[in-house]
Amino acid sequence: MTKVTMTVNGRQVSGDVEDRTLLVQFIREKLGLTGTHVGCDTSQCGTCVVHMDGRSIKSCSTLAVQAAGSEILTIEGLARDGELHPVQAAFKAHHGLQCGFCTPGMVMTAVDMINRYGGALDEKTVRENLEGNICRCTGYHNIVKAILAAAAEMSAGRQAAE
Amino acid sequence: MGVEGIGARVARKEDKRFLTGKGRYTDDMVVPGMKYAAFVRSPHAHAKIKRIDASAAEKMPGVIAVLNGQQMLDDGIGNLICGWMIHSKDGSPMKMGAWRPLAHETVRYVGDAVAVVVADSVGEARDAAEQVVVDYEELPAVTDAATALTAGQPQLHPEAAGNLIYDWAIGTSEAETDAAIAAAAHVTEMTILNNRLAPNPMEPRAALGVYDSAEDHYTCYTTSQNPHVARLVMSAFYNVAPENKLRVIAPDVGGGFGSKIFIYPEEIVCLWASKRAGVPVKWTSDRTEAFLTDAHGRDHRSTVKMAFDKDNRITALKVDTIANFGAYMSLFSSSVPTYLYATLLSGQYAIPAIHANVRAVYTNTTPVDAYRGAGRPEATYLLERTIETAARELGVSPAELRRKNFIRSFPYQTPVIMNYDAGNYEASLEASMKQADWAGFPARKAEAEKRGKKRGIGMSCYIEACGIAPSAAVGSLGAGVGLWESAEVRVNAVGTIEVLTGSHSHGQGHETTFAQLVADRFGVPIDSVSVVHGDTDKVQMGMGTYGSRSGAVGMSAIVKALDKVEAKAKKIAAHLMEADESDIVIENGEAKVAGTDKTVPWFQVALSAYTAHNLPGGMEPGLKEGAFYDPTNFTFPAGCYICEVEIDQETGKTDIIQFVAADDFGNIINPMIVEGQVHGGIAQGIGQALLEGVHYDAQSGQLLTASYMDYAMPRADDLPSFQVSHQNTPCPGNPLGIKGCGEAGAIGSPPALINAITDAIGNNDLSMPATPQKVWAAIHAAH
Ligand code: FES
Ligand code: FES
Repeated sequence: MTKVTMTVNGRQVSGDVEDRTLLVQFIREKLGLTGTHVGCDTSQCGTCVVHMDGRSIKSCSTLAVQAAGSEILTIEGLARDGELHPVQAAFKAHHGLQCGFCTPGMVMTAVDMINRYGGALDEKTVRENLEGNICRCTGYHNIVKAILAAAAEMSAGRQAAE
Repeated sequence: MGVEGIGARVARKEDKRFLTGKGRYTDDMVVPGMKYAAFVRSPHAHAKIKRIDASAAEKMPGVIAVLNGQQMLDDGIGNLICGWMIHSKDGSPMKMGAWRPLAHETVRYVGDAVAVVVADSVGEARDAAEQVVVDYEELPAVTDAATALTAGQPQLHPEAAGNLIYDWAIGTSEAETDAAIAAAAHVTEMTILNNRLAPNPMEPRAALGVYDSAEDHYTCYTTSQNPHVARLVMSAFYNVAPENKLRVIAPDVGGGFGSKIFIYPEEIVCLWASKRAGVPVKWTSDRTEAFLTDAHGRDHRSTVKMAFDKDNRITALKVDTIANFGAYMSLFSSSVPTYLYATLLSGQYAIPAIHANVRAVYTNTTPVDAYRGAGRPEATYLLERTIETAARELGVSPAELRRKNFIRSFPYQTPVIMNYDAGNYEASLEASMKQADWAGFPARKAEAEKRGKKRGIGMSCYIEACGIAPSAAVGSLGAGVGLWESAEVRVNAVGTIEVLTGSHSHGQGHETTFAQLVADRFGVPIDSVSVVHGDTDKVQMGMGTYGSRSGAVGMSAIVKALDKVEAKAKKIAAHLMEADESDIVIENGEAKVAGTDKTVPWFQVALSAYTAHNLPGGMEPGLKEGAFYDPTNFTFPAGCYICEVEIDQETGKTDIIQFVAADDFGNIINPMIVEGQVHGGIAQGIGQALLEGVHYDAQSGQLLTASYMDYAMPRADDLPSFQVSHQNTPCPGNPLGIKGCGEAGAIGSPPALINAITDAIGNNDLSMPATPQKVWAAIHAAH
């Protein structure tokens, strides 16, 4: 057992973990944050995506000990003061989710994508950047729409602020 | 329609919890003292179990118990069953072999469970499961159904000689059909394969069994599309516990697509083990286990003859199908290639003679059962590939050949049981051809040619039977259950409303659409309406969600309950306003006396029902009504899909340029949700046509596609955005005029794609999935 400490959704947390404990297990089982999911064993589906130090990662392929000292953001930490993040709001407005199981990973991937591309996102880029996230319900049509809408809204917001 | 009523594009009430990580799925459940299960599974496709030695495993850290199939048998836990009886042509009942939740004598597919370890953590349970020593005597295996029927093959079950479960036929007599074919001006003959698929809901299956020794009571949290059916089957057949001692909860469920209808060994084992080991036991499938053990779909091999007269009218259809059932008969497996498949072989066409023969076969593979569409995609693929091929052979346009043969007057009785109640096939054909600019295709093809690309266009006109189903009718066909649905509408004392339903939502958005129904009826905001489902302690009984039935059947039950609530509310309002009951209208959240300015707010009506200070004489207090709705017929959604593709000759890669869907779903409650269902269905259909396929090694019976590295799931950049539209004819069979929309996309899309690809490459000899390798080979074979 090793003691790890990290910041999760702005709060410092620590716990004893086995060497083999995955970050996703630490988040789900030790912290009880069950919004981050596990959908595969081969790092393919992206239902487990969280942010580590501002970049999206697959928490099923990261050991808890590797995350020691880092800043982790999970889906539970995205909405602020009860207000949905623009990406969450866009998924709702455009029906970008059905069963909801892929949704946390999709949203965390989308936020990172928008951070990286800003207003320069187009449909093709969004689809390529969703390579690591599988959704079985939506056929991606409305997920793509939601991400493009959120990107447009967020870059308009940024311009207005400047 | 009102902003939140029927027909409104209302954003979903359930979204916020999923978007903020607050969804509650089975694996998220934690109960005090909970321990974890790991299964010991057969590495062989077929073997005798000679000995199970758990002594090393029992000494591993954290291990609480290692349990096996003999102990389950000793405790009287029953066999898994198939709940739909099919009789062969010779009158004999289907030949069902025993399926034990934990195999104790023979394993019949890779992944068959033989023992379970319960331990403090998932890791410890898995470590110990690896230390359970099972001595197997390997037996030869067979994975292909047609092969399994031949002489000298391994035999799976003593009950089923030659591995044949049933040999069943439907429709016009074979002699009459053969005579019509012999007299035909043209006959199109094909062999059609429908590839085996793994359903792959993103949430893996899971179960948590909790035994309360003081009450002798069990609770099962499980990933189920139909928790009430699960309770019924586990009580009545598996002897887990009587119904009043077994509560089944299906909380948020992350997709099902059919695969979560069935009751699997794992939930039975978790419940039983929770008593045996004295601790709550949770099991969550990993993805490889899901590929190995979630019921697969499709896997048909068929031959077809379609006969035409000299005017290109279809005169007869003869189909012979071999359906691979895998190692055991799953819960509804027998109904899929019979009453959900062969009964749809008339498609949208008037065909005077149809004869279909179906043989169901055991093989050493994962059990096969209903997967999105269940039988109807197989029927549609067979028909739409055949009619497209016929059009090419006859040198006529595929649209014209279909048009000429469309059924145009309703009701229409097919030779294969179904009685179509309404439809307008011309309308969806027209709409989709217009949307796809069919007329402009030759110019686009010529332009693509200049770029060195092969461009093709294909269509598919599908019909399906949904809203399953009238209980007496399915009972006469062998179903072990009735297929009605239940609902209860509870108006609380201050006017908020709870709708309890036997339907189950695992992505379909019932919490929103069902609330829209109520909002539409009383003019109350949908936020004041809650939908309760998925718990046998809250909802008395229900049949669950599959076969696109929650709208047509589930909502019809709610309508019946709403009718009763409205009638009572009107009586109360009339009494309060000293008016005649027949003059009361309820809208915009109040009861009014028509033609006057007298009103009572809705909450006041509700409150009066519960204070009971001033009710009409003899009226019982309260405002709560229940109803069961049994459908009068199937419903018949139909439509036309068009796909246009471009193919790279060098690589064989298919690009989908456009995908058009024109559907007739009857009346629609929430178009946004309906479109989402179509998108998802089309993606699964495109997956089947282009990417997905379960493969076994024919010698060893090993599953070669047991992870996302080997099984190609459709990803965002494999798919286009879709163009969907509706041309609706209301369904006359239910009060809302709904037909159902959940499966259409998966049913209509595969043949449209394969018709487009074969059109592009000029070689009709192509099977699904049309991988670049196969397409490349077909291009080169054609030249
Ligand atoms: S759980 Fe599938 S990628 Fe992490
Ligand atoms: S919404 Fe169900 S998997 Fe994406």
